[in-house]
Amino acid sequence: MNVRPHAIVALRKVGKTFDSGTVALRGFDLAVSDGEFVSLLGPSGCGKSTALRVVAGLSEASEGAVEWPGAADGAADSIGFVFQEPTLMPWADVSANVRLPLKLAHVDELQARAAVAQTLARVGLADFAGAYPRELSGGMKMRTSIARALVTEPQLLLLDEPFAALDEITRFKLNNELLALWQQRHRTVIFVTHSVFESVYLSQRIVVMTPRPGRVFTEIAVDAPYPRDEAFRTSVEYAGICRLASEALSKAMAERGP
Amino acid sequence: MSERALRVLLPVVVLALVLAGWQATADFNQIPPYILPAPSLIFSTLILDGALLTHSLWVTLVTTFEGFLLAAVGGIGLAILFSQSRLIEYSLYPYAIILQVTPIVAIAPLLLIYLPQPLAVLACAWIVAFFPVLANTTLGLNSVDHNLIALFELYKASRWQMLWNLKLPAALPQMLAGLRIAGGLSLIGAVVAEIAAGSAGAGSGLAYRIAESGYRLNIPRMFAALLLLSLAGVAIFFALSALSHLVLRRWHESALKRER
Repeated sequence: MNVRPHAIVALRKVGKTFDSGTVALRGFDLAVSDGEFVSLLGPSGCGKSTALRVVAGLSEASEGAVEWPGAADGAADSIGFVFQEPTLMPWADVSANVRLPLKLAHVDELQARAAVAQTLARVGLADFAGAYPRELSGGMKMRTSIARALVTEPQLLLLDEPFAALDEITRFKLNNELLALWQQRHRTVIFVTHSVFESVYLSQRIVVMTPRPGRVFTEIAVDAPYPRDEAFRTSVEYAGICRLASEALSKAMAERGP
Repeated sequence: MSERALRVLLPVVVLALVLAGWQATADFNQIPPYILPAPSLIFSTLILDGALLTHSLWVTLVTTFEGFLLAAVGGIGLAILFSQSRLIEYSLYPYAIILQVTPIVAIAPLLLIYLPQPLAVLACAWIVAFFPVLANTTLGLNSVDHNLIALFELYKASRWQMLWNLKLPAALPQMLAGLRIAGGLSLIGAVVAEIAAGSAGAGSGLAYRIAESGYRLNIPRMFAALLLLSLAGVAIFFALSALSHLVLRRWHESALKRER
C-alpha cells in the first residue's frame, strides 16, 4: 500500500454499482492529503457525487476500499457535508438548523450556542439567526448549509456542487468566502463541480473524471498561490489552466469506460 | 371592497336570501310545520327546547371529541409504528384499509350488539376518524427529504433523534391535514352510531334527538337539532384549521400568504 503518510482519506479501486444495475464508479482511485483543496471535475452523471457519498459513508462501495490512514479506528473522524440543495429543515430557524449536528451529538447547550454564534458570524449570517429558511435568498440558504457543515469543526469538508443553482454574482462571492474559510483553518476540502472555471479558481488539484462508469481520467495541479482573488480570476495564468482543464474534460468525455 | 369582506359578506347575503325565500314560501302557502317549518319557527324551537338540545349537543360533542382524540393518538401512533417497521406496516395496513372502506352505517349495528351503547358510539367515531390521520401521517413520514435523512445519518443520529427531530416535524403539515379531516369525520361517526342506536332509546345525543323527533313528527325540532349539528361541524373545522395555521405559520407554504 503506497498510502502517503499525510493522506487523510484514500479510495482504493472503488466501484459502485446501484441496485438498478447502473455502474456509477469503477476502479476509482483517489488520495487526499491533510489540508488539501481538491476538486472532482466531470460531466453530469459521471459519478462525482457518488464518489463523495462513498467518502462520507452515505453510500457503501461495492468494490474496493475507503481508508482513513490518520484515524485511530480506521473510520472517518468528523465530516461536514454540503449538498447541492441547501437541505435545511424548513420548520427550524437558521440557528436551529446550524445547531443540528451539535444537538445530535448531545453537545452541551451553552457550548453549542456559542459555537453556532461563532460559525454564523464566520459566514456572515449573524443577523439572520432567527430567520426561517424560506425568508432567505438562495445564497444565504447555502451559507446556512455551509455553516451547519462547519459548526462541528470537521476535519474534512465535502461539498457536492454547492453553488450550481446560484447566480454567477452570488457564486463568485461564495467562492471567495469558501476560500477565506479554508485559509483560516486549513481543513481538507473535496469539492465536486461540473464547472471548469470554479474548479480552477478554488482548488490546488483538479481530478478530472470520465463519464459513467466514473474513474480518474487525469489530474491537474493548480500551483497559483493563495489568497486568490478577482485579479487571479482575470489573469492569463488562470485562463491557461482553464483551457488545460477544459481540454482534459473534453478528452475525458470522449473516453468510454473499459 | 376588499377580498376579505367579500368572502364574509357574500355567503351572508346568500343565507339571508334563502331564509327570506323559505319564510315567505312557508307563510304564503301556509305549509303546515310538520311538512316544512318556517325558519322563524325553527329558531323559536331552538330557543324553547334550548336546554334539551344544548344537553344533547354536549353529549354528541363529548363523544366526537373523545373519538377524535383516540383517532389522533391511534392514527399517529400507528403511523409512527409503521415508519419504524416495514413488517408491522405490511401486516396491519390492509386491515386499516378494510376498516375504512366498510361503511360505518353497516358496522354500527354490530358494534351496538357487542358493546355498551356509549362505547359503541365512541368506537364508531374512532373508526371513521382514525384512517385519514393514519394515511396522512404515514405519507408525511415517508416523504422526508432524502438528503436530510442522509444528513442525519452522517451525524449518526439515533432512531429516536431521527423520528423526533426530523420525521415528525417534516410530517406535521400532512398530519394536521389528516386531523382536520378526522375532526369532521368523528362527528359523522358519532351521529351515525347515535342514529343506529336511536331505536334502542338509551342515548341522548343530538342525532338521537333527530331520530326521536322524527318519530314524533316534531319536524321543527329536527331542523333545530340539524342546525346545531352543522354549526358544531363548522366550529370543529375552523378550530382545527386555526390550530394548523398556528403551528405552520412560520414555515409551511400552506399557511403563508402569497405576496404579489
